[in-house]
Amino acid sequence: MAPPKHRRPGFSRKAQYGLFVTYVVAIAGTIVAALLLAISVADPAGFSALRAAGAEITAPVARMFSNVRRSAQNMNATLAAYINAGSQNAALQKQAEANRKKLIEAQALRVENARLRGLLKLSEDGESQVAVGRLISSTASSTRRVATLSIGRNFGVERAQPVRGPSGLIGRIIETGPTTARILLVTDAENLVPVMRASDGLPAFSAGLGNGTVLIKPLNLGESPFKVGDVIVTSGNGGLYPPNIPFARVIKKTSDGALAIPYADPGNTPYAMVMRPYQGEARAAQQAAAPDGETKEVAE
Amino acid sequence: MKIPVTTIRLPTRPAREYESRFDREQSLLKMLAIPIASVAIASMITALPIFTEEPLLPPLGLLMFLSWRLMRPGLLPVWSGVPFGLMDDVFSGQPFGSAGLLWSLAMLSIEIIDARAIWRDHLQDWLIAAIVIAAVLLGGLWIAGMAHAAPEPAVLIPQIILSILLYPLAVRICARLDSWRLAT
Repeated sequence: MAPPKHRRPGFSRKAQYGLFVTYVVAIAGTIVAALLLAISVADPAGFSALRAAGAEITAPVARMFSNVRRSAQNMNATLAAYINAGSQNAALQKQAEANRKKLIEAQALRVENARLRGLLKLSEDGESQVAVGRLISSTASSTRRVATLSIGRNFGVERAQPVRGPSGLIGRIIETGPTTARILLVTDAENLVPVMRASDGLPAFSAGLGNGTVLIKPLNLGESPFKVGDVIVTSGNGGLYPPNIPFARVIKKTSDGALAIPYADPGNTPYAMVMRPYQGEARAAQQAAAPDGETKEVAE
Repeated sequence: MKIPVTTIRLPTRPAREYESRFDREQSLLKMLAIPIASVAIASMITALPIFTEEPLLPPLGLLMFLSWRLMRPGLLPVWSGVPFGLMDDVFSGQPFGSAGLLWSLAMLSIEIIDARAIWRDHLQDWLIAAIVIAAVLLGGLWIAGMAHAAPEPAVLIPQIILSILLYPLAVRICARLDSWRLAT
């Protein structure tokens, strides 16, 4: 490539000064960008209005492509159902037979559970569902794992509300716009989720690794008690995420915990349900009564 | 005087047909808008329903921006990294200002390289782009790590490789857009 002409402006003073000014502007702009960055690092929620506006602008296109994608997936599923009809029917019948017994047991347990809860006078918050939307995009090129939800403040979606899909926990709301909201996915390194092992209630924490898996760390020290295939559910500790939402399946045991894959795959989730914080009032009261009176939840 | 039928202009015909083919001017709007719009649209691609488990989608805005810069030196002013980067920040999910800073630094370093290595071929441009892409992605991870908890840098390796391999394609797209931009 030939050298660009603008570097040698010749004897024209105007051209020389013009070139000089572009360098001054470039360096000043870099400093301004660094200052903006410093502001957004100090106050991560500071430019959320700008990001929400960006999401609102691109949301119509994203919704359209999301619809196209969903109908294509539905079509695939329908075609596959026709092809697999015979073998699937046989397998499902066998499965239904096996499930019937478990269903009766579960029914009995539900009755017993309700009776015990009545004895303990445990009160459940009423309706836990706020709204149902769809995931319409994600930050696929950034190391942050944030997805955009197709509904926002107009539907009652607020910050710090948990979001789940049909197959498991997706994440929590961190920013809201009028018709869109941003979800911090459970696979983000920032997102810590209190969880437990479904089989025995062993308490643990989950932290995202940013690569589609989460690290499950048990609360008690010592050798990792997990086995491959363990089912992890949310524990409800901390009062944000409701308990017993399917969370992840252990795929590898590590020295101090386990690697697990979340059940909810954002790319394959037909809908996302925004829920009320499990014990929102208790959390608010707890934060108001923090030891120094100033400890506030940090906004992302 | 009788006008022959063949000279009557039909309103649907383009007017250009009977104009001089020489010395025509390009449309100023097209010349300015195409580079700007191509980088902006490439930055917005991440708003489409693309879901990846790890950061895998190449930073398409950065690829377009680098392609324009390296393929057409002198077209984008030195300071253009700041506005383009800030626009990318709105959509990328990074802390606001991160691409504004990194793209501008990339622009300044390419400016320095331009002063040293003057005659370059496509492979050398590709090498420069590869280094800049890797540096910007790692810098983005570092910046995201200042504001939030961040994953290990190894997470970025597939994205970096994919982005470097996609750079020639981005240059091709830019070249096509450029010939359209300058067409009269």
